[in-house]
Amino acid sequence: MNRPIRRVAVVVMVMFALLLGNLTFSSVIRENALDKNTANRRVRDAEFGQDRGAILAGNAPIADTAPSDGRYKFQRLYTSGELYAPITGFYSYDHGSTGLEATFNGQLAGTDDSLVVRRLIDIVTDKPPTGAMVETTVDARAQQAAYQGLNGRKGAVVAIDAKTGAVLALVSTPSYDPNRIASHDIEAARKAYTELANSPQRRMSNRAAREVYPPGSTFKLVTAAAALENGIPPDQKWDSPDRLKLPGTETYLPNESSCGGTKIDLEQALKVSCNTAFANVGINLGADRMREQAEKFGFASRPLPDLNGVASRFPDDPNDAQLGLSAIGQYDVAASPLQMAMVSAAIANDGVLMQPYLVGAVRGQDLKPISTTRPKELGQAVSPENARILQGWMQTVVKNGTGVNAQISGMEVGGKTGTANTTPDKPPYAWFTSYGRSQNRTVAVSVFIEEAPTARNDISGGRLAAPISRSVMEVLL
Amino acid sequence: MTDVQMVVIHRSRRNIELLLLLFALGIGFSAYLITGLNLYGELPTNWLAAAGVWVILGAACHAFTRWRIPYADPVLLPCVFLLNGIGLALIFRLDQTSTPPANDVVTQLGWTGLGVIGFIAFLIIFRDHRPLQRYTYTLALLGVVLLLMPLLPGIGREINGSRIWIGIGPFSFQPAEIAKLVLTTAFASYLVERREVLALAGRRVLGIDLPRARDLGPILIVWAGCLLVLLAQRDLGTSMLFFGMFVMMLYVATERPGWPLLGLGMAVLGGLVMFVLIKVFKVGFFDHVLVRLSSWLDPFSDYDKNYQVIQGQFGMAWGGLLGRGLGEGRPGLTPLAKSDFIATVVGEELGVAGLMAVILLYGIIIARGLRTALIGKEAFGKLLAAGLSFTFALQVFAIIGGVTRLLPLTGLTTPFMSQGGSSLVSNWVLVALLMVVSHQFRKPVTTAVGVDPDSESTQLIPAVESRSGLFGRSSRRDAHRESAHRDGAEVGAR
Repeated sequence: MNRPIRRVAVVVMVMFALLLGNLTFSSVIRENALDKNTANRRVRDAEFGQDRGAILAGNAPIADTAPSDGRYKFQRLYTSGELYAPITGFYSYDHGSTGLEATFNGQLAGTDDSLVVRRLIDIVTDKPPTGAMVETTVDARAQQAAYQGLNGRKGAVVAIDAKTGAVLALVSTPSYDPNRIASHDIEAARKAYTELANSPQRRMSNRAAREVYPPGSTFKLVTAAAALENGIPPDQKWDSPDRLKLPGTETYLPNESSCGGTKIDLEQALKVSCNTAFANVGINLGADRMREQAEKFGFASRPLPDLNGVASRFPDDPNDAQLGLSAIGQYDVAASPLQMAMVSAAIANDGVLMQPYLVGAVRGQDLKPISTTRPKELGQAVSPENARILQGWMQTVVKNGTGVNAQISGMEVGGKTGTANTTPDKPPYAWFTSYGRSQNRTVAVSVFIEEAPTARNDISGGRLAAPISRSVMEVLL
Repeated sequence: MTDVQMVVIHRSRRNIELLLLLFALGIGFSAYLITGLNLYGELPTNWLAAAGVWVILGAACHAFTRWRIPYADPVLLPCVFLLNGIGLALIFRLDQTSTPPANDVVTQLGWTGLGVIGFIAFLIIFRDHRPLQRYTYTLALLGVVLLLMPLLPGIGREINGSRIWIGIGPFSFQPAEIAKLVLTTAFASYLVERREVLALAGRRVLGIDLPRARDLGPILIVWAGCLLVLLAQRDLGTSMLFFGMFVMMLYVATERPGWPLLGLGMAVLGGLVMFVLIKVFKVGFFDHVLVRLSSWLDPFSDYDKNYQVIQGQFGMAWGGLLGRGLGEGRPGLTPLAKSDFIATVVGEELGVAGLMAVILLYGIIIARGLRTALIGKEAFGKLLAAGLSFTFALQVFAIIGGVTRLLPLTGLTTPFMSQGGSSLVSNWVLVALLMVVSHQFRKPVTTAVGVDPDSESTQLIPAVESRSGLFGRSSRRDAHRESAHRDGAEVGAR
């Protein structure tokens, strides 16, 4: 009987080898995916209940954790939630996370690879894991000024340091209170999320960096830059009829106001925002040169990955009529307020486009930096000479053109207004992009108002958006 | 080796057992204390009383082993106590996941006590396993009745889609656990009697001797019975367990590889029959089996339906290599963590390493059981020990494989760990039976015959007369003498 018993023993050995092999397989292969599964409450709860690092604006926390007696040991708190929501995003139990809470989750939770040594020390000393602090470049006063300037209207303001690319203000209104979604009262959080996600005002949209709109006349800066970069003399005169018949169509492109002559140079065209002159410039240059210049300013690439910024676009293959419209920021041209701030910033920085960034440093609980962001050049958008010419033209706009409302006495300020027509039944978009320079700082600010409740003329950009730009700049300069 | 007759005299090894037992009791109890410390920062309130009960249980088992079966295998009892101790600690831990904390651990400790009483009672009544051979058909009938009991209206209960429970008042039992023990004994005694007939070869196909068609009766009956259990009770595990056990014992008894191959074929056929029933005749109540199959192959396709399997997986992943530590995981998220899914709790709180250790403990028990079967010289005991060990192995394989997604999930219990009295008591008695057999095989005999237990050739029983003289009591039937002849003949053939 022993031979079959030995064989049975072999069968048993195989069965047990399978059990152990399967466990090894689970541990080595399956474990990672299981831990990352969004339905895995063990992982989610552990992260949710831990001392998450703060997000700072200056020295003040804009997102922080406080000890809690509720379901979890710590509760995420957002001071001035609505003001900073487009930057911090929210950190919720059932609805994931957005904004910096999402992109810097590893650092905030303390699980990022860069924190591995700290984590090992915590395990050895039996301290609960703590997350790192994320320090933003946002200037609290500028953020506040921009928010107050928009005053609840649908719109966005972006301010960046032209020399470094640091984002100094990033506001999108109407905003929402992330505290409501981060609540430990799961049911209340769910309700708040549903309400906000379906809100007709699209409160959770980040209009500053994650939405694109027709930039209207502010795009004429790009067209002017393209002309200069392609060797057209700055003082060349362009046809500026009251209305321009678009090539190959029966449509006429009108001017919003008088261009001050039938043949004007680019400075004059920019000062009064002359549509027909710029349409002629665009058609004359061709789509490829226009697109090339737009891309040098950052179009077609995604800026500010910290917030998952979206790419602005210039149409792929427009005909001459469409190209004429594109040259004045209509048709299928679309840009984010952040992108238009980058255009002004590059011009103000003598043509050098800096990579925008929102997080200056990540620091441990002991305030020692774990990583710091170094300013990075994206490229030369325009030559320094042309940049200075453009700066002069932008100053003209503010001194005695459409942007007089942006003037700050004693400061060098340049800008460009814009009004973009959408559909006839909707109010137009009002834009203003500008730069300002003091002795130690050069900043670029762009302001976007989604529903300008005024007539369809180019003044609305200057009348509504420029004062906001000025108040932000006054704080920063 | 052939011309030197070696005499192997097994030592009783009771002191080794005591040492191992203390170690095992200590680990189980430490697990209990650590759970309390980790959860509440203090020792559990009743720790002193619990320690007393725990030591008394261990001491009683050891004392009765010393008195009744001093030559029993020394490793079995410590392994069992270690598993039972970890099981109790985990049930105590899982009690704390509900608010207010449950107190199932006390019930489970009570059942452990009853299991120990069953163990001791068995040692007192049956110091020798051979009298059991007399009750072949009584035991078989009892086994079948037990197996079919859950189908009786009134006391049968359906839990989680399987009708494998009976309930009397507040208590519920899984009679299949006891049937496992009873039927293994009945099969062993039946097969020892019939092995010559069943070993006769019929046709030879592809080099394998298939049995004669007229001998197929018993296996057909068992197959049909298992299929009936599967159909009526909707439990794949129980059905596979009994069929596997019978086929394996048939093979060991007859030494014909044709039997297990035939058995495998019949199992596949059974699967096909089921498939046809489900797909062609749309037998609705099979949904349960299908659910288990789909939750095995692709649990994440339906999160709600396969919630339990998925939570078990999440728990094991959360535990990682070394586990969260007792009381530090979240096993409360896994439904039925105390019974079916206790292995995943081990994975969560003690890690893959801890679960592997538990699996290896089962492995040691099975290895010692098979070893007992190997060293023995008497057919019924050998078959019994091998059958019990293999059944135990199948059960561990099915349930741990099921919760770790190696196999489809079945409703079997995790021996010595799952919550539940019937399983605990019957497994304690199973160990008692194994230890009695090992005592009989290891104890020195007066007319010692030189045997090297490791050598194939020493299976011979040199003198038929002396052997029957040794074992052939008045009650023994011819069957035993026949088997002795057979063993002699087998050696002659080599």
